[in-house]
Amino acid sequence: MSSAIEEGKTYEPGTYPDLPPPASTVGIIGWVRENLLSSTANIVLTILAAYLIWVVVPPSLNWLFFNAVFEGASRDECRAVMNEAGVKGACWAFIGHRFELFVYGFYPEAERWRVNVSFFLMLAALVPILYDKTPQRGRMMIGSAIAPFVIGWLLIGGLGLEPVPTDKFGGIMLTLVIGVTGIVGSLPLGIALALGRASHLPALRMVCVVFIEFIRGVPLITLLFVASTMLNYFLPPGTTFDLLLRVLIMVTLFASAYLAEVVRGGLQAIPKGQQEAADSMGLKYWQSMRLIILPQALKISIPGIVNTFIGLYKDSTLVIIIGMFDPIGVGRASLADTKWQGLSTEVYVFVAIFFFISCIAMARYSLYLEKKLHTGH
Amino acid sequence: MEATSKPTVARQPLWYRVVYDKETRSVAIQVLTLALLFAFFFYIVRNAVINLETIGKGYSFKFLWEASNYDINQHLIDYDSRSPHWRATIVGIMNTLLVAITGVIVATIVGFVMGVLRLSHNWLINKVVYVYIEYVRNVPVLLHILMVHGVIVNTLPRPKNAISLEDTFFLTNRGFYTPKPLFEPAMWAVFIAFVIGIGFTIWFRHYAKKVQDATGKIYPVFWISLGAIIVVPILVYFVVGSPMTFEMAELTGFNFKGGMVLRPEYLALTLALALYTAAFIAEIVRAGIQAISHGQTEAAYALGIKPSRTMSLVIIPQALRVIIPPLSSQYLNLTKNSSLAIAIGYMDIVATIGGISLNQTGREMECMTIVLALYLAFSLMISAFMNWYNKKMKLVER
Repeated sequence: MSSAIEEGKTYEPGTYPDLPPPASTVGIIGWVRENLLSSTANIVLTILAAYLIWVVVPPSLNWLFFNAVFEGASRDECRAVMNEAGVKGACWAFIGHRFELFVYGFYPEAERWRVNVSFFLMLAALVPILYDKTPQRGRMMIGSAIAPFVIGWLLIGGLGLEPVPTDKFGGIMLTLVIGVTGIVGSLPLGIALALGRASHLPALRMVCVVFIEFIRGVPLITLLFVASTMLNYFLPPGTTFDLLLRVLIMVTLFASAYLAEVVRGGLQAIPKGQQEAADSMGLKYWQSMRLIILPQALKISIPGIVNTFIGLYKDSTLVIIIGMFDPIGVGRASLADTKWQGLSTEVYVFVAIFFFISCIAMARYSLYLEKKLHTGH
Repeated sequence: MEATSKPTVARQPLWYRVVYDKETRSVAIQVLTLALLFAFFFYIVRNAVINLETIGKGYSFKFLWEASNYDINQHLIDYDSRSPHWRATIVGIMNTLLVAITGVIVATIVGFVMGVLRLSHNWLINKVVYVYIEYVRNVPVLLHILMVHGVIVNTLPRPKNAISLEDTFFLTNRGFYTPKPLFEPAMWAVFIAFVIGIGFTIWFRHYAKKVQDATGKIYPVFWISLGAIIVVPILVYFVVGSPMTFEMAELTGFNFKGGMVLRPEYLALTLALALYTAAFIAEIVRAGIQAISHGQTEAAYALGIKPSRTMSLVIIPQALRVIIPPLSSQYLNLTKNSSLAIAIGYMDIVATIGGISLNQTGREMECMTIVLALYLAFSLMISAFMNWYNKKMKLVER
């Protein structure tokens, strides 16, 4: 400050120099006082939170990284290293040894390149869908539409490729197959169900309502049991039906019912005037839906849609209960090996980290999309 | 216009009307939908009948009266392996309801506390809760259940070295042991006092509201209710001479005997489901409270309403209106997620009638019908109740 206050000097009104704010209200000290110590209750909360962090964070970090063993051929080797240092930590060597199993499941080793190619195809197909500044987006989109079929052919085989039975699918690959198929399949089905529920045709509406309420009323696991135990009874005698395909159908139906409710919320939020305006312009039902109603309704239901997708993706873990091998299933299966017994915590933590990262990524993308599409004030 | 155009349409051939006349077309679409649906159901039912006949099974629920031949470690009613399948089903239903009810209570309390903490001005606690919520919401619930179960079974001590609290409560990897209350006959007096207390409270609330509407005088309703429901029964309990004793859990051999036990499967499932659902409830509560504009609080203060009454009369009723619909769907989710019990061997509906009974009798159709019907009934009941509550709380508009 160039003009400090001089002691004893009297100032004319209006000439008193500007003073800096008191040190206790700005900078780090001010921030701490304001946000951590503003009242007795606040101080108690701060101490409580600090204690919680102290109890949870350092031991977790120690277990996860500092005391963890990253190399070794068996659990006993991990143990030996840790005993030498007198600490307890994770034995990540196990995950390292079985990493391929976690990714590919029991997919034949010679054919794993097909999974890798499929994975890159999936990423490439996602680019034009997720990123709207992709050059040549229109043409790329055609590629994205074809990609699922190519991926399906690559994974299952046939037509020149060695066929791989679907019970060899497992690990992260299985999660992605279930998640992506469910998402791709349930979006159109969910929108159709929501439109059916909002329709003026009573019979159509009733069918959609009964379907949606039935699916939403029962847990996914019971539907998976239905798929695995009694679906064969409803098929013509002698037909067998791939278990993975049955699961995919059930997961898609399940997610579509939830999606239909989300989209219905969006449809209800559109003012009636929009539909009436579309009618008065002479647009037919499908035209008004495609051009006027759905773009607005889907836009406001994006958070709900993404939440449903995240839920579906997380629910793909339930397939272990009907005997398929998702990452948890693969991990538990490899724990049966006497070399690695008793490392279930490592498996769970590893799978939890995998799901956490992928779900957070989806949630963040939905936030970005919401912001981008927010055209109001 | 209408009158003149109708007959011309009517004279057209049917296919023309189906394509160009809106009403005829809508009837045609509906008839077609229903016809396809009936054809589909006829087809699958016919397939099922043929398939069942080929293997000679039929469709009958008679097996429910046969002995189940399996044990269930947690049963709230008398049950052993000679009991019929229907009794196993009831045990399963009660176990599911037990997890659902305790889970909902814990989830609501934890969820509300975390939701309020998320709104706290304290930066540190705010972020701690935020990180916790994000972690819980982005990891599959099945994984949470397996992890909590793993922690209980693997890290808690064996019964021999149980963590004990005053030698009455014991925490071991075989479960949580508490004393079991044994009631003597005089206990009925306490229960009657309790019921009368509830009745009195209902009447008193009504009366206090009437007095307040008429005169403006405010009674301390909360304290009087508390006294009627809790203090009076406790007094009665001592007056009639403490008619309740406790059976303590005791270590005999390798495990505890006597007392009450909460099994590790039950503990793991309830804790995991409650904490998982609580994270979602916290976000709902935060959004609900944030939806109420700050002007409401200021207006209430301007009218001279005390902060505590502002909260209970102005903020909470409005926030509840926003909170209840999503909250009810979280309760439904918790109930449905309790079916994951089968992953850790807790004997709920899916594990009893849909699991062991199904495998032992080979009656897939009948068992799955029962399971689906039961869950549908739960869901419908919860949503009916929440709809009723929602209607009660709803803003009365023009």
